[in-house]
Amino acid sequence: MNSTAIHGEAMRDRVPSGAAKRAVLACAALLLAGCNRGLLDPVGPVASAEKQILINSTAIMLAIIVPTMIATIAFAWWFRRGNKRATYRPDWEYSGAIELVVWAIPALTVMLLGGIAWIGSHDLDPGKPLASSKPPLKIEVVSLDWKWLFIYPDQGIASVNQLVVPAGTPVNFRLTSATVWNSFFVPQMGSMIYTMPRMATRLNLQADRPGTYEGISAHFSGDGFPGMSFKVQALPADQFAVWAQGARGGGPALDGRAYALLAKPSSYVKPITYGAVAPGLFDSIVMNRAPQPMIPHNPPAPPAGV
Amino acid sequence: MFGRLSWDAIPFDHPIPLITSLVVVAALAALAVWVQRLKAWPYLWNEWITSTDHKRIGVMYIVLALVMLVRGFADAIMMRLQQSLAVGASQGYLPPEHYNQIFSAHGTIMIFFVAMPFVIGFMNFVVPLQLGVRDVAFPTMNNVSFWLNASGALLVNLSLVLGEFARTGWLAFPPLSETAFSPGVGVDYYLVALQISGVGTTLTAVNFVTTILKTRAPGMSYLRMPVFCWTSLASNLLMLAAFPVLTATLAMLMLDRYLGFHFFTNDGGGNSMLYMNLIWVWGHPEVYILVLPAFGIYSEVVSTFSGKPLFGYRSMVFATLAICILSFTVWLHHFFTMGAGADVNAVFGIASMLIGIPTGVKIYNWLFTMYGGRVRFTVPMHYAIGFMLTFVIGGLTGILLAMPPVDFVVHNSLFLVAHFHQVIIGGVVFALMAGYTYWFPKAFGFTLDERLGKAIFWCWFIGFHLAFMPLYVLGLWGGTRRMQHIDDPTWQPWLNVALLGAVIIGVGIVLTVVQLLYSIRTRDQRRDITGDPWDGRTLEWLTLSPPPHYNFAVLPDVHGEEAYWVRKQTAIKQDALIKEPDYKPIEMPLNTPTGVIVAFFASVCGFAIIWHIWWLAILGLVGAFAALVWYAWRDEHEHVIPLEEVRANARERRRIRKQYLHKLSQST
Repeated sequence: MNSTAIHGEAMRDRVPSGAAKRAVLACAALLLAGCNRGLLDPVGPVASAEKQILINSTAIMLAIIVPTMIATIAFAWWFRRGNKRATYRPDWEYSGAIELVVWAIPALTVMLLGGIAWIGSHDLDPGKPLASSKPPLKIEVVSLDWKWLFIYPDQGIASVNQLVVPAGTPVNFRLTSATVWNSFFVPQMGSMIYTMPRMATRLNLQADRPGTYEGISAHFSGDGFPGMSFKVQALPADQFAVWAQGARGGGPALDGRAYALLAKPSSYVKPITYGAVAPGLFDSIVMNRAPQPMIPHNPPAPPAGV
Repeated sequence: MFGRLSWDAIPFDHPIPLITSLVVVAALAALAVWVQRLKAWPYLWNEWITSTDHKRIGVMYIVLALVMLVRGFADAIMMRLQQSLAVGASQGYLPPEHYNQIFSAHGTIMIFFVAMPFVIGFMNFVVPLQLGVRDVAFPTMNNVSFWLNASGALLVNLSLVLGEFARTGWLAFPPLSETAFSPGVGVDYYLVALQISGVGTTLTAVNFVTTILKTRAPGMSYLRMPVFCWTSLASNLLMLAAFPVLTATLAMLMLDRYLGFHFFTNDGGGNSMLYMNLIWVWGHPEVYILVLPAFGIYSEVVSTFSGKPLFGYRSMVFATLAICILSFTVWLHHFFTMGAGADVNAVFGIASMLIGIPTGVKIYNWLFTMYGGRVRFTVPMHYAIGFMLTFVIGGLTGILLAMPPVDFVVHNSLFLVAHFHQVIIGGVVFALMAGYTYWFPKAFGFTLDERLGKAIFWCWFIGFHLAFMPLYVLGLWGGTRRMQHIDDPTWQPWLNVALLGAVIIGVGIVLTVVQLLYSIRTRDQRRDITGDPWDGRTLEWLTLSPPPHYNFAVLPDVHGEEAYWVRKQTAIKQDALIKEPDYKPIEMPLNTPTGVIVAFFASVCGFAIIWHIWWLAILGLVGAFAALVWYAWRDEHEHVIPLEEVRANARERRRIRKQYLHKLSQST
């Protein structure tokens, strides 16, 4: 991002001003800016497949739509009132052959696209584990007001607004929300999924290329919503192991008290790493039995009989 | 005594809403003074406010829609400005609590108080005329419906001065809209306003389904109805089925908020997914409630200005009904990312794509209506062609969104925002502007200025594409909607282009006002004396412009699909009108203040519910009910237009028609 700004400034210095030139330069600067282009720059198998379906479907439809648009302009222009060479057929209002064709064109297109949709929906079902020789890493995701909590149950660690994953390894997410709805979305990794209170959803993603990617909430959740973005760091597998090892035991522990503090509304929160996590925290959030933010010292008792 | 209402409700510390409200109040006061100086109050009261004439009510709906369009557009330009400014380090000029109200109000207003009254206004004005009848089935109920709609609009605007509007988005998804997360009056304004206007809309649906099914001119069988009547029928059937769902859904949320129920709450066994399903069971058909009448308008416009019957009329009717039914089977595509599983997603995805088939057929049928025609590039035809070009792209992106694996990455994104504005602006708004130009001379007896009309079209067409094409790009980059602040500074140039587009649309809206004022000033040069300024094909062009209260002195006999065209051509060929029929005195419904009184009490009741002033709420409810009871006890239902008046008017009309058709027969 910064590099773009510098590019832009440098180029402006060299070239004399002028509105048209400036516009051209602005476009050039935009094209040079390649730091994060969302789904157009996929980094994993899910996002790549989705981008491919997007492009294929668009191409199929353009093949129908572009001729239709040309025909619209051509018909309207040729049959304009002043055109003496066009034949006026004031009573021509039906043709079985044309009707057949105009029903067939969209029907066949939709059959083709419907096939793609059926196969794509099954292949890319968010809940379906990704094919891999490596066992998936389990991560539990909780959306809070207005930040993301990532719990690594097998590593016994947790982090806020910073998701560290091993590159080339499938990640199996379980997701919920401790407040209102949000949607967990890392555009360059692919599929988003809702996080909903009292419910757990599943999502499987993988980043093949190491790097840092943007993550957001893609469902409006209140005043702090724009400050709910997070960073995804895909590290090579060995570096991930080193990170997890180092995080464990270091930093604060995410116990009931710390969680209740964390759950208080806040936005644009800097990344935090917790060296320990209260066991079963995710499930207790789903069951609505986690400590509540408003009364941190007095968590509600479990309902009688449970 | 006054519930939650206190001086704190007035936003003294927020200059933008405060100044806006002061300006609005000043404008209303100026308007009142002007009306007073013209001594026009009795005229307004007798001829408009209490009118049961479907044409007058239609015009009032459209005036309401145009006024609310200005409000909704002001919200739009504020959002665009905020997103252009609040990039990177800057937070812009709107804090989240204000910005979030603006996008919620924009969506609510544009759908419920612009698009809906605009569409319903056209149905009111046009359908009875096209069916060849004198009024809708229930004229008084029609007046009540309008005023209930206006009452909802009033409450939404009141939230600017007193309290706040919802900050939850235009569909108020729980749990965000529950008391735990939105304790203020904003969501209550939203709920109450929509409940009141929703009653009006449901009554409209009852009225129009009955009108179209039961009251048509002799000989007007179903398959002779103009396509606009067909699409209106389909739209009203959808309203009749869908709006009760909306009412029930909002009622459940009200029970949660007011009486501590647990339909959609996080605790107590509530389930917010239920709301998501229910609101979209209404919400998806709502799209077709708006767009089907729009398709009807395009059908009329393309056929008239191509000088040909609509190509594939039966196919169009079938396509309309197919869309009507399919639109109820696709609601789940609004939340593919809920994790419902592959089979469910795929079925609803394919069902959504199926709608593309009848819609595609319609595009081709309009195309072949132009084929072999003599196309006149009038303002409505500009909109129709502009629509055909831009709507196919909206359809393309719509089918992409209907594809679950693609939706997984563009759901809720700016790509989605661009898509639905493309179908709503390119589909619905273009049709409304086309219809406004097309039927204006019928309503007022003079045409709108053509040159300004074309300028307005180009403002909408260019402005729309500049405003929304960048959003497709940003959506593909991972940009999501409803962001008060944008982190990535590289988006700014695209957001600035979008702002420029919105400004150009704004110029179009200003020009619309200019066009209206200019056309009124120069009305004597632009009179439509024939009643048929566009060489029309449907029955509304048979009568004079503006039509008499009773529309037709004698209900027309319909032969064939194009009732008026057939009649006109016969008259031209024979250079004579049909034999003068026997005129009879006409009974027409009396004017009634019931609508405005009921709506007044409904507004009072709604306002009281919002602010928890329970005694006033009861008073309002009793008042509204009493007004209806008082109306039910009326002694006189109708007034009679005497034979002499009917005959004199009809003869005058025949004289004019004869001259006009004689001129036409000479020219051919």
